[in-house]
Amino acid sequence: MAAARVEAVLAAAEEREAEKRRSITVEKELELEYDLGNLLALDRNPPAAAALRGAGSRREALLRALARDNTQLLVSRLWELPAERAGGAGGPLVAQLPEPKFPLPREKPPPRPRPPTRWEQFARLKGIRRKRKASLVWDEQAKEWRRRWGYRRAGGDPSRAWLAEVPAGADPEEDQFARLRREKRERVARNELNRLRNLARAHRARSAAPAAPLHPTGHQDRDELRRVARVARVSTASLGRFQPRLPKEPAEPPARGAGKKRRFQPLLGDLAGERSRQLELLRDMGSKRPVLDITRAVNKQLRQEEAEAAAANKGKKQGKRGKRGRRQQRPGRSGKRSGARRQGQGQRQKPAGGAAAGARRKKA
Amino acid sequence: MEALDRVVKPKTKRAKRFLEKREPKLNENTKNAMLIKGGNANLTVTEVLKDIYAVKKPFAVLYKKKNITRPFEDQTSLEFFSKKSDCSLFLFGSHNKKRPNNLIIGRMFDYHVLDMIELGIEKFVSLKDIKNSKCPEGTKPMLIFAGDVFDVNEEYKRLKSLLIDFFRGPTVPSIRLAGLEYVLHFTAVDGKIYMRSYKVLLKKSGCKIPRIELEEMGPSLDLVMRRTHLASDDLFKLSLKQPKGLKPKKKKNISHDALGTTYGQIHMQKQDLSKLQTRKMKGLRKRPAEKSAEDGGASPKKSKSA
Repeated sequence: MAAARVEAVLAAAEEREAEKRRSITVEKELELEYDLGNLLALDRNPPAAAALRGAGSRREALLRALARDNTQLLVSRLWELPAERAGGAGGPLVAQLPEPKFPLPREKPPPRPRPPTRWEQFARLKGIRRKRKASLVWDEQAKEWRRRWGYRRAGGDPSRAWLAEVPAGADPEEDQFARLRREKRERVARNELNRLRNLARAHRARSAAPAAPLHPTGHQDRDELRRVARVARVSTASLGRFQPRLPKEPAEPPARGAGKKRRFQPLLGDLAGERSRQLELLRDMGSKRPVLDITRAVNKQLRQEEAEAAAANKGKKQGKRGKRGRRQQRPGRSGKRSGARRQGQGQRQKPAGGAAAGARRKKA
Repeated sequence: MEALDRVVKPKTKRAKRFLEKREPKLNENTKNAMLIKGGNANLTVTEVLKDIYAVKKPFAVLYKKKNITRPFEDQTSLEFFSKKSDCSLFLFGSHNKKRPNNLIIGRMFDYHVLDMIELGIEKFVSLKDIKNSKCPEGTKPMLIFAGDVFDVNEEYKRLKSLLIDFFRGPTVPSIRLAGLEYVLHFTAVDGKIYMRSYKVLLKKSGCKIPRIELEEMGPSLDLVMRRTHLASDDLFKLSLKQPKGLKPKKKKNISHDALGTTYGQIHMQKQDLSKLQTRKMKGLRKRPAEKSAEDGGASPKKSKSA
């Protein structure tokens, strides 16, 4: 009997729960797709087309019912997100939204990394890092903290400098103020010139960079098109020799000598050069001394092997040292290790060189 | 061209900030929309533009004067406007006998037109016509798309993407749950697209999640798709490309098993176990006699040499 009462109580409680939930449950054939980062819900269920074709007010009511159901589902999902009270206990309930998932195109193409300027390359080579300068400097004369530059800078206003010392080896008649002004103008001009040169280098690097993929129509520039047209012309069986050209297009000279491996000199070109080359060849064939200097070849091979081993070691150790290690490794090249290497090579060279020198002396 | 912008160096901080706002970034700004009136724009079209401007404030620019251009024939003037006002979305309204109440919605990539879709307005109910309280300006709307056409048809897919892009507003990390007041509902049925805007009323339900009641507010449009000018697939793919810096960095050495336990390896240095610090048990302390025996009769503190 007690069991029956307990069951009845539980059933009643469950029914009450279901009753509460009924107001917020929505039945749908297909589940909606949600993108909570964008507050977006996509409903794939086909709407009741026949009903919606009807009169205006009925259509509005149907649309509103559909919207209410979909909004209920979306809001239920949003309410399930982890929420907290912003600004203490009494603040509004704020939910943490996830990242938006729906793929939308960007406004502008992603920024390209700029190639380093001449100074940046040098600094990286030497291991020079940026010093974080304080914005205020102590001014001895005014006995207070002043800014480094700008309004009321430490060191006084440079335009009001009333004294300009004549340096030791200068012409006493020269106008020092004019010299200072001229030098400042030159410095500014040089800075501007270097900035423009860096920009030009960056622009050249950027236009040379896209090698393989061609940008879509409307986003191609002239050099890219020219390069691609040249490649297309040369990709024929006769290497572009018989391709028709536009009326005003200049004829390209046949670059027969291009290429690293198969390079041919023209048949009748430089006669004097050819003569000297042939005579050198005969002389080398006739001489007793071997053309290949064994010692130099061996040393070269050893140097190469050592460089490879050093590179492999550097690769392994880089993980431990990180950026600092990489930056500081390079000036260390002119340190103990390379000095020892140079000495070792010198020692190795001596006995072998002695033999070769001896051979030469004998012949002469 | 970015290099040209840099050649002319900005002379003031304000100019520098202006240029920095417009240059391509890793995390982009919210897209602005420009609302333009065409050669003969009639009252309906003007009202539509004004209402959409009210919805999209402050990320929209409404041009007051009429501009005699035809976006589908010549896109240069649109691109010029986009560059001047740094807007990548546009809505161009016009009216003529062949295409009455015409609305061209489109977006740009790198100041060139990416997608353009022409829609015809069949019915329009303005914000002013529905007399009730509206939600505050700048509310982030909830977007709902109903209808299987939005997933099946290519043009409708692009239209869906365009509408999301247009109306979504700024991307926020968290949102006040009580402030979800505005919902835009798009239904595609029978070749028509019904856009309705509702104000959301959160009613008490028995449990934590409130019950939703909707109240019609705001612009409602019945649209028909006319011409389209969609970007080619590779250009669209290029525009979708996200830079690598945006991907969250994967933390190494952390692995999860099926039950949800997180595993990681801790790498310790070699420890000298004889010097290990354990709990000091008073009973195990060395007695003074034992200690002196260990030291081998090492001199105590006070020792006097004769």
